[in-house]
Amino acid sequence: MSNKSTDKTILQKLGLAIFVIALGVFTLSLGLDSYQLSEESLKVSKEYHRVEVLNQAREVGVLNRSFESNIEFISAFKNVLEKAQSSLNEKAENGIPEGIGEWDFKLGDWEVKDYILQTTKSSSVGLIAQNKRLFLLLTFGLGILGGLLYVLPKFNLIPGIKNNHVYHNAMTRGLKFGPRSFFLTMTIIGSLLFGFFYLNKNLFWPLVTAIVILLIIGLVLYAEKQKQNNPTKSASPTITGWLGVFTGVYLIGFYILLYWTPHYITSWILIVDPVSEVLSGNPASQWFLYGLLYTVVVLVMGLRMMAKYQHNKYQLVRTGSVMFFQTAFAFLIPEILIRLNQPYFDFKNIWPLDYDFFFDFNLNTLLNSGGLGIFMLVWGIALIIIGVPVITYFYGKRWYCSWVCGCGGLAETLGDPYRQLSDKSVRAWKFERWIIHGVLVFSVLMTALVLYTYFSGNYNIWIFNSDTVRTWYGFLIGSAFAGVVGTGFYPLMGNRTWCRFGCPLAGYLGLVQKFKSRFRITVNGGQCISCGNCSTYCEMGIDVRHYAQRGQDVVRASCVGCGICAAVCPRGVLRLENSSMDVGTRTQELRTIHISEDEIKLLV
Amino acid sequence: MHIAIIGNGISGITAARNIRKLSDHKITVISAESDYFFSRTALMYIYMGHMRLEDTQPYEDWFWKKNRIDLKNGYVEKVNTQDKELIFYDGESIAYDKLIIACGSKPNKFGWPGQDLDGVHGLYSLQDLEALERHSIGGINQAVIVGGGLIGLELAEMLHSRHIPVTFLVRETNYWNAVLPKEESDMVTRHIRENGIDLQLETELKEIWGKKGVEKAELIVTSSGEKIKCDYVGLTAGVSPNIDFLRFGDIELGKGVLVNEFLETNVPDVYAIGDCAQLQNPRSGRRPIEAVWYTGRMMGETVAYNVCGKKVEYDPGIWFNSAKFFEIEYQVYGTVLTNPPEHHKSIYWEHSDGRKSIRLIYDKNTSSIIGFNLMGVRYRHEVCEKWIKEGTHVEEVLQTLGIANFDPEFYKEYEQEVIDIYNAQTGNNLELKKRRGLRSALEFLKKTIA
Repeated sequence: MSNKSTDKTILQKLGLAIFVIALGVFTLSLGLDSYQLSEESLKVSKEYHRVEVLNQAREVGVLNRSFESNIEFISAFKNVLEKAQSSLNEKAENGIPEGIGEWDFKLGDWEVKDYILQTTKSSSVGLIAQNKRLFLLLTFGLGILGGLLYVLPKFNLIPGIKNNHVYHNAMTRGLKFGPRSFFLTMTIIGSLLFGFFYLNKNLFWPLVTAIVILLIIGLVLYAEKQKQNNPTKSASPTITGWLGVFTGVYLIGFYILLYWTPHYITSWILIVDPVSEVLSGNPASQWFLYGLLYTVVVLVMGLRMMAKYQHNKYQLVRTGSVMFFQTAFAFLIPEILIRLNQPYFDFKNIWPLDYDFFFDFNLNTLLNSGGLGIFMLVWGIALIIIGVPVITYFYGKRWYCSWVCGCGGLAETLGDPYRQLSDKSVRAWKFERWIIHGVLVFSVLMTALVLYTYFSGNYNIWIFNSDTVRTWYGFLIGSAFAGVVGTGFYPLMGNRTWCRFGCPLAGYLGLVQKFKSRFRITVNGGQCISCGNCSTYCEMGIDVRHYAQRGQDVVRASCVGCGICAAVCPRGVLRLENSSMDVGTRTQELRTIHISEDEIKLLV
Repeated sequence: MHIAIIGNGISGITAARNIRKLSDHKITVISAESDYFFSRTALMYIYMGHMRLEDTQPYEDWFWKKNRIDLKNGYVEKVNTQDKELIFYDGESIAYDKLIIACGSKPNKFGWPGQDLDGVHGLYSLQDLEALERHSIGGINQAVIVGGGLIGLELAEMLHSRHIPVTFLVRETNYWNAVLPKEESDMVTRHIRENGIDLQLETELKEIWGKKGVEKAELIVTSSGEKIKCDYVGLTAGVSPNIDFLRFGDIELGKGVLVNEFLETNVPDVYAIGDCAQLQNPRSGRRPIEAVWYTGRMMGETVAYNVCGKKVEYDPGIWFNSAKFFEIEYQVYGTVLTNPPEHHKSIYWEHSDGRKSIRLIYDKNTSSIIGFNLMGVRYRHEVCEKWIKEGTHVEEVLQTLGIANFDPEFYKEYEQEVIDIYNAQTGNNLELKKRRGLRSALEFLKKTIA
């Protein structure tokens, strides 16, 4: 006997099987529906667009024709819309009907996107569309059931640290440096290429971004002399976890579909329609699908986290907190607000993570929503200028990053199995500081431009167009970095890739934590044995051991205070704590230094 | 000046790092075990899959070059102190001006028949781990561990993580009861069994039988005559200094390399530190050889000063140690004896879950605090140390005991329960005045003795 995996009960194996089935049904459901465009299913908001699109659809014979796959349907419908677009353009030249503006009359590109998504969804006529509730059960229902069956028996184990076989498991053991670099490079190149088309073949911003990326690489490797400091331990030396790679690719694919081609996932949106109708009274959008999925994952994987750390009350309370804030603040309250005809608002989302807070549409919505809207606006601004510095002074950035934040919530639950994959090299730390502060500066500049436009009505400032800048920020940082890399890279580079390298709010919180906060991780005298568990399981890639073995309290801008270093320490060396007594001198003492200079003078 | 260090464990590496801080001498660290320094205490985590070997190495590979510490992979066969020269197994030699011997320990073997068979290994070096991994891949149906110390228990936990049935032979009447007081020893004994380990107390190894032809262990015989079929035998009955290569030289040896309080051997410019060093005059209450991570680190720091011409006596300070028994963490500060003299009085509290306890030892005559023994509860090193150093009155310690608590936030605090036990023992009516918290701990630590 000798087995490099953890023991699983029959129930857990069953749970795993049920989960795999649910995931299979969920994935396959994208191809299970059939589609038929009818007069009723055409979702076009403007009457003159509607007439035109119907005419074109009739002409090419798409109306009432049945399609077996959404790919064919979308391609045919796109063709119809393009024809309608050029026909409307032609008509516009011959005169526009009374009372309609030219840009209103023409069919804009953003309208095309929306029409495709809405129409594809309402033209679904097959298996899924007719059995939404059944598929809700088969996907979400079975998924939750399987997850719980797998997770709950863990409460029966003897409480303690459960990291056996993390590095033996094909899901969690990580990547070699080569494949990891490959995924990273392909993602960057892919994002820039896609961005080029996303901005309607605008070369400027992808080019500027590429130059900034090269500049940062140059700064780190040459100006900071990291070229010679080969990060030998930053990735797995010999092993590549194929299940992790598969999971990463699946997640990356999911985010690409969700953000940029949601019309291909209308079956998933249909499946969650019944839930959305109960909550807000409206049919589901892709964002509702995402919110529901996100919340369910945080809850089930949150229970897993609680089972794993059942002996650790800090972890129990903290995990409970992220589960609560995701469910109530990020998911339910906004839906209820919609039901009450109030603006959609997540009370715990803070600019600059919430990068569109100062966008005109958001400001206008809040300003036009009476007292509650004004309150939301004031609340949002108060969090930025009072909440963040004050609470971070008292408790460190953990109050947000690992207790409240949605991104943090997912990272601490779904992402927990991957926390050991963060890169601990000094080189990675240097990259981290340039990139995260770069994003922070970008977000501030972008917001300044947007606000300038909001107040002056002027879109062009020097060579910048505030509309393009904000679109590029939304694409590059808001979607590609925070979503595709943020979650897709969990099994490739650890669960906090976004929080560590990208999140501008984390950057802001981190500056407060580093320079003016009561928070630190205290090192317990000389008890460290340099084993490396703390560094290994630090999701932020902090080399905690570096501090622990010299007896120096840990104060790092990136620390999100998850407390796992203290939990996995086999010698009780680390404790997260706060005190105002020594804010300025938190890190000065080195407790493993055994011989003081005074002593030597006495002896010599 | 060229300083050669034999051994790249915690002692040798701490010495090298501190010499570099203090001087510009050329430094060479020699090891045949591994190219880079790794934390020996973390070997178990590699086997259990918590970490990879790389994760147990505290410094990135470029660190050594940057700090001009030369690493040499080689096995020293002989030290020629006349010509100040090290001779390697492959015939190569290097000259040194000063030599630090930090070559660590080796597992004890007490002359058991069959102790050198294949499948019989200690757990000390990277090679021991590699051997265990090799056998595990082949499949181990039953393992036997001989010797009830910390390493034996770690080995049991390791094998258990791979679902290998373990029989654990312990000579004593209870696990590690030469070090742990009775209640704590009972607790760990229960916990070992709770984890499914077949713990056989008062049982010793008699002999190991090998498979004919392949020279591989297949069966052991215990002192009670029981025969246990097994395909892996872990020998963990303590360690002793790894100094065979120094025999027949002119460096004076006892069980280890004999050193004075400046860690100097009898030969000028030769020093010894860590597991392999034997102090000629240990401080009172301390053993001449302490094969512990922390003393190795302190010796490494001390020897660096001495090598660099600033004479400093080795002062291990107040005893402390820590370990983890499966899920139960252990910390000790000061003097906690298993057979205490009559004037050592003990206050012992145990949680109802049987996995946590707090013990305070004080001197009945002077009422001064002497020691702390913690199971499953974390205490602050500096606070306990200061109390012990200052001989604080046990009642003052009790009333402010909260400041020593180092458990994570939200954890339940048990200090009042400890006081209640003292009150019941003495008829006092003390109450806890200070609860857990950094502020009161800092206030206490920054306060100098009036």
